Amino acid sequence: MVRKLLLANDHIPGIQGYEVYRKNGGYKSVEKAMKTMTPEAVVEEVKKSGLRGRGGAGFPTGMKWSFLAKPEGVPRYLVCNADESEPGTFKDRYLMSRIPHILIEGMITSSFALGANTSYIYVRGEYYYIIRILEKAIQEAYAAGWLGKNILGTGYNLDLYVQPGGGAYICGEETALLESLEGKRGNPRIKPPFPAVKGVWGCPTVVNNVETIAAVVPIVNDGGEEYAKIGIGRSTGTKLISASGHINKPGVYEIELGVPVEEFIYSEQYCGGILNNRKLKAVVAGGSSVPILPADLILKTAAGENRLMTYESLAEGGFASGTMLGSGGFIVMDESTSIVKNLWNFARFYHHESCGQCSPCREGTGWMEKILHKMVHGHGETKDIELLWDLQRKIEGNTICPLGDAAAWPVASAIRHFRQEFEECVMEEKIKNSIQF
Amino acid sequence: MENKPQFPAETLKLIQEIKSRYPEGKQKSALLPVLHLAQAEFDGWLSVPVMDLVAEVLDLDPIEVYEVASFYSMYNLKPVGKCLLEVCRTSSCWLRGAEEIVHYIEKKLGIREGETTADGIFTLKTVECLGSCGTAPMMMCGAQFHENLTFEKVDSILEQLKSEGKRKTYFDEVVTDHY
Repeated sequence: MVRKLLLANDHIPGIQGYEVYRKNGGYKSVEKAMKTMTPEAVVEEVKKSGLRGRGGAGFPTGMKWSFLAKPEGVPRYLVCNADESEPGTFKDRYLMSRIPHILIEGMITSSFALGANTSYIYVRGEYYYIIRILEKAIQEAYAAGWLGKNILGTGYNLDLYVQPGGGAYICGEETALLESLEGKRGNPRIKPPFPAVKGVWGCPTVVNNVETIAAVVPIVNDGGEEYAKIGIGRSTGTKLISASGHINKPGVYEIELGVPVEEFIYSEQYCGGILNNRKLKAVVAGGSSVPILPADLILKTAAGENRLMTYESLAEGGFASGTMLGSGGFIVMDESTSIVKNLWNFARFYHHESCGQCSPCREGTGWMEKILHKMVHGHGETKDIELLWDLQRKIEGNTICPLGDAAAWPVASAIRHFRQEFEECVMEEKIKNSIQF
Repeated sequence: MENKPQFPAETLKLIQEIKSRYPEGKQKSALLPVLHLAQAEFDGWLSVPVMDLVAEVLDLDPIEVYEVASFYSMYNLKPVGKCLLEVCRTSSCWLRGAEEIVHYIEKKLGIREGETTADGIFTLKTVECLGSCGTAPMMMCGAQFHENLTFEKVDSILEQLKSEGKRKTYFDEVVTDHY
């Protein structure tokens, strides 16, 4: 029996509305936190749970919360990152549209823990219909007394607002998101200072992903230790995986961390195997930014152990033979897929989404796209493979935010694991050209 | 100045409400939501006079509005058709046939990507990942996600949009079958 914490009530008709959500145990974490716990005790439970940021970075949430500066007389803010834009990731949209109140509840409990009196949910603009779903849920929460002044008679006040983005992948990076929330271009800030010290409008701010905030609800309800019993090692709890690509059953699955990758791809409970009975060729396991792995390395580590859906197991072998859990955007490719063409697709994405602030990323992503375009359209040369390799190395680590790394890793891993395909791509062209002459 | 654009009273009221969401003196934060309202109000795009109007109601310098409007991909700085078809082209959709969908629409409407039909109804645009990878291929028109696209489905969507003849905005009501 698989334990579900976030999507446990997904099957209940009407769970999107307040009444049904409340009847099924909704808002209990707010009652428990505000009536029986101190804000510090809530933070402590989140620390004990081992919860790690579900947006992609996997940083321990309790630790992030404990970094929040608390200078006298300065407001603190909680901002939820619902800018979900990592290619292959659609879990937050699913959760917000199906069970919007779990996010609202999580925001209230988390804001209480952090001592924030105003909080924002920053939603990517393309999800405008989700914004309306959330706004309705917020109205319902105000009407029921979970938001506003003197919540549950505790004297604690909280206002919660939804902020739309304008269409920019970079705003998923937390400092770019804060710039955008301030009504500016989404150019990431240099860290330090970190948002925990200087965030939105210069005030201490915590930025957490939708799924992270939602996970606070079961953590407070059942206790951090109970949450930490699920999973393996430092990968505790459940994770929403967005499964897409060449599989029989694409969709969002809540898994207990630790499920074998092979089971996830082939079992009927999850992806249901490869579409049209084709063979598995490669997987991008955690959103477009993480290294792509060929079938043999995604199913088993280089040491021959079964690869599991955990932060550690997917990273086993480093970038030489491993990858990352990332956002849980699990893109599956069958044997018919051109790795070079898919990489061009990714490169075009990063070029389009680079904010333009740092030269290595602004220029490098453009170069990579151009070279791959050339290769895909039959004008590649052998030296282009080396040029691509050289370019990605010069971007990685040389930019203010991780978008540069995110653009470099897919290129590096594709060449590392599928060099032959790049060579064939360049070769075929030579042969074709020689025939034409 | 002739034909200076103006927000209707109702929208101005909404803008005041949006401004009240932020601390005193931080009303610049209202810029992104107000630009969305302006675009919906004025034919689906942001002309310079419209951006100047936004600057005026938010008490900003016009440059502060231009630099933001030109950064984000949802703001159109050129006129668009009544129905802006935004087809996702990124990996998961590409793996499931997004390219074929784009070509099909191009052929059907007799326009290339980035162009508008002569009757001013459709503009075709390809966009990056819209978070609908599990229901690929997909396109968005207004606020509506059209998912699991097939050629037949595209036919009926375009027919429906054409017969409605209405401008689609991000504030439209949507039908959500899948989610």
